[in-house]
Amino acid sequence: MDVRAPRDEPTALEGAPTVNLTLRIWRQRGPEDRGAMVTYDLPDVSPDMSFLEMLDVLNERLILEGEDPVAFDHDCREGICGACGVVINGQAHGPRDRTTTCQLHMRSFNDGDVIDVEPWRAGAFPVVRDLVVDRSSFDRIIGAGGYISVVTGSAPEAHSTPVPKPVADAAFDNATCIGCGACVAACPNGSSMLFTSAKVTHLNLLPQGAPERETRVRNMVEAMDAEGFGGCTNTGECTVACPKGIPLTSIGNLNREYLRAVTRR
Amino acid sequence: MPETTSLGSGGGSYWTVGDDIVDTAAPDGPIETRWDRRKFAAKLVNPANRRRHTVIVVGTGLAGGAAGATLAEQGYKVIQFCFQDSPRRAHSIAAQGGINAAKNYRNDGDSVYRLFYDTVKGGDFRARESNVYRLAQISTQIIDQCVAQGVPFAREYSGLLDTRSFGGVQVQRTFYARGQTGQQLLIGAYQALSRQIDAGGVEIHPRTEMLDLIVIDGRARGIVARDLVTGKITPYLADAVVLATGGYGNVFFLSTNAKGSNTTATWRAHRRGALFANPCYTQIHPTCIPRSGEYQGKLTLMSESLRNDGRIWVPKQKGDTRSPDQIPEAERDYYLERIYPAFGNLVPRDIASRAAKYQCDDGRGVGPGGLGVYLDFADAIKRMGEDKVREKYGNLFEMYERITGEDPYKVPMRIYPAVHYTMGGLWVDYDLQSSIPGMFVIGEANFSDHGANRLGASALMQGLADGYFVLPPMIGNYIASTKLGSVSLDDPTVTSVVGEVTGRLGRLLEINGDRTPDSFHRELGELIWDECGMGRTEAGLRKALARIPELREEFWRRVKVPGDSGELNQSLEKANRIADFLEFGELLCIDALHRAESCGGHFREESQTPDGEALRDDERFAYAAAWEYTGGAPVLHREPLQFDYVHLAQRNYS
Ligand SMILES: Cc1cc2nc3c(=O)[nH]c(=O)nc-3n(C[C@H](O)[C@H](O)[C@H](O)COP(=O)(O)OP(=O)(O)OC[C@H]3O[C@@H](n4cnc5c(N)ncnc54)[C@H](O)[C@@H]3O)c2cc1C
Ligand code: SF4
Ligand code: FES
Repeated sequence: MDVRAPRDEPTALEGAPTVNLTLRIWRQRGPEDRGAMVTYDLPDVSPDMSFLEMLDVLNERLILEGEDPVAFDHDCREGICGACGVVINGQAHGPRDRTTTCQLHMRSFNDGDVIDVEPWRAGAFPVVRDLVVDRSSFDRIIGAGGYISVVTGSAPEAHSTPVPKPVADAAFDNATCIGCGACVAACPNGSSMLFTSAKVTHLNLLPQGAPERETRVRNMVEAMDAEGFGGCTNTGECTVACPKGIPLTSIGNLNREYLRAVTRR
Repeated sequence: MPETTSLGSGGGSYWTVGDDIVDTAAPDGPIETRWDRRKFAAKLVNPANRRRHTVIVVGTGLAGGAAGATLAEQGYKVIQFCFQDSPRRAHSIAAQGGINAAKNYRNDGDSVYRLFYDTVKGGDFRARESNVYRLAQISTQIIDQCVAQGVPFAREYSGLLDTRSFGGVQVQRTFYARGQTGQQLLIGAYQALSRQIDAGGVEIHPRTEMLDLIVIDGRARGIVARDLVTGKITPYLADAVVLATGGYGNVFFLSTNAKGSNTTATWRAHRRGALFANPCYTQIHPTCIPRSGEYQGKLTLMSESLRNDGRIWVPKQKGDTRSPDQIPEAERDYYLERIYPAFGNLVPRDIASRAAKYQCDDGRGVGPGGLGVYLDFADAIKRMGEDKVREKYGNLFEMYERITGEDPYKVPMRIYPAVHYTMGGLWVDYDLQSSIPGMFVIGEANFSDHGANRLGASALMQGLADGYFVLPPMIGNYIASTKLGSVSLDDPTVTSVVGEVTGRLGRLLEINGDRTPDSFHRELGELIWDECGMGRTEAGLRKALARIPELREEFWRRVKVPGDSGELNQSLEKANRIADFLEFGELLCIDALHRAESCGGHFREESQTPDGEALRDDERFAYAAAWEYTGGAPVLHREPLQFDYVHLAQRNYS
């Protein structure tokens, strides 16, 4: 049976030493299914493989064995689209700091390791299948106010509003959120405060965002509550899991913006 | 079965020649006013009537996102699709380097005319002048639009926007947001789209894939799509259909495109009558991280902006296995600086890529398999300090370190070319309308603007120009000037397209063979990379054209797709896309075979200058090649290209 194209290349081009792993992966056919952890042995894993390439290799094998491959979300595999994300040994996106699942490489693991792989678990992120969850609640939070209204073509000349570099840089830092949901998965309350605060901070810092500053934060916070995300109790787990390093201070900023908005109502 | 038809196997000829394309809808007269005149001639839809008109937009990248948001804002009813779980994750998100605009904020001699000129020349004289001029004109408005949306572009201490220069040009016209420009621009478009979704102007269908086009009475009237979660197949009807589905780079299997990027929407539309233009114009990006193993699922780009400060070199000696720090200065060959002293490390992408390939073919490559060259920042760190380098490129260096386990502040990066962008795409006229009336194609999915080679930072510009500014008035013109009859879901065409889509998925599941879908994709990709990659020869292309039909036949006999169609089934999604790549790959090679000249990203080994540079043949090939699907040998329609403003000249970067 051909597992791959008929080419006689070694698995790792340099023949780097491989490791043998045991994976315990959450399998769940659909939202109604109860789901369970299933164990797979995976020999000869190259340290240069990414975590998702490792799952690809497992899936190629499962297909040929007549089993359903493990479903997981992914697309860019460059740490920027925010599609990927699984809980690895209890940690959202796994052991490496500021690294998405797709950018995690197997050199972070040792021979003989047992690795638990689970989906994000949060009330507002129902499981679709295996490791795939439904994060559309995030899109609705953005739709509630995470934008600056500009009719296409009506914008003033870009240089008419200079933005001090420190302000632009701080806005940028918050704008780097990839919407992956690791913050929610890591939070014991399933709160989406970090995600929401990143967007509110990005837009509210900028002069362009000022006119809608108050309605934005009010509407986004309301949407967040309506979607069933939990409240924030300052555990700080979110920021530890966040692959883009969105800081806890953004949550502080969200709270201030919200307070300001409701007191001015 | 249509899937196993061998294009052009009849009579030893791979294609036939049909009529030339004479009408491109572009106005003539002075180029500076063509777009204004086109807009003025366009019919308008009364704002109060727009709600009654439905437009389908497939895709939510820069092109689709911008189009959906703008059309809904203007009052049209928009139904929009993407296969990712959120519109924010379209592949545009991954663009790193920047976006061009002729703002001339640096007072360095830039202008709309220069951007136009650079783009026509960079495209190696294979693009339509009218379109390129319009793109350059609109570029400045894009920056205004994005800044107003809150896109956090890099700024100077003055608070004004910073710009940098990008491969192949000598002015600093590239706006950027650290190494994440695509992300920031897409988030801007996504937020505008989200606002319209919330307001009810856009009905959004994420995780839903278009699998076919519905053409009734010669006009595009809808699509058939599959809900990827439930597997349900549904027809959607509209007054016009817009494809914004991105490029086909993944026909090579390994590319810098996102894993899901595919050609299904454009290929299915082609099969329904849309001409496919210049598929052989593919761009190989010089600065990607070399592959590390057979398991490799995709390649990662290192932004070309790195070439502003990094120096590219290989050891002078063949097969030199010393570590880079052991190789003294005198034994290094900074080959781009040596061969192209004027542009040095900033030569256009195709030239930089081929030069790297030659060094490696010649045995001077570094790293695993000798498939890499160094991109060294030691001098830059000495010159401006590590902190400044970190500020400019920090996130790219981090990404490199995560993937390779090596620290580029200490060890030179290793890079190798990889497939990155596709200039070819569905043929469109000046209005961005395909050869099927009512179907418009925008962004990377069309063939317009970049000719045979795209300049860095111009795809984002084109996607947003198309989506925000060009498409909306042209959609209005189409709707206002066309008497559309009503169509219903029980139309026999609708039923039959739904039947075909369902049947095809069923067949894929029934085969139950012994090879995985990916194994076919990988094999197709390797074949096309070898024979239709950086260098192409007639013999190699013929070899590929002999092999692809066999591979396709084998696919339909041996592929194994587990599960069923009424559920989330990622293997089925993949197999269905690969089936289209297996057909499309053949057209790609036919186009490459027919174009017996070198131009831009298409390098025919038979056509080069004595010093190994690409040699165009303007006598025979100054046209866009638009292919018509027949089920057998495709028919070539030529769109002759005229250069009234930028005079035809061989590119020369030395
Ligand atoms: C790594 C990388 C870096 C780049 N950097 C730059 C840069 O710095 N500057 C620059 O100018 N260009 C850059 N480019 C090129 C540029 O990013 C792309 O050309 C551009 O973003 C394409 O945008 P698009 O809107 O046409 O398509 P995409 O962003 O690819 O969007 C395609 C959309 O179509 C949807 N879709 C596709 N098929 C279907 C279907 N059948 N059914 C439903 N939906 C479908 C997808 O879900 C997606 O929403 C880069 C490209 C890559 C790969
Ligand atoms: S805040 Fe961080 S963890 Fe949360 S969605 Fe954004 S990037 Fe992901
Ligand atoms: S796959 Fe895009 S962030 Fe991981």
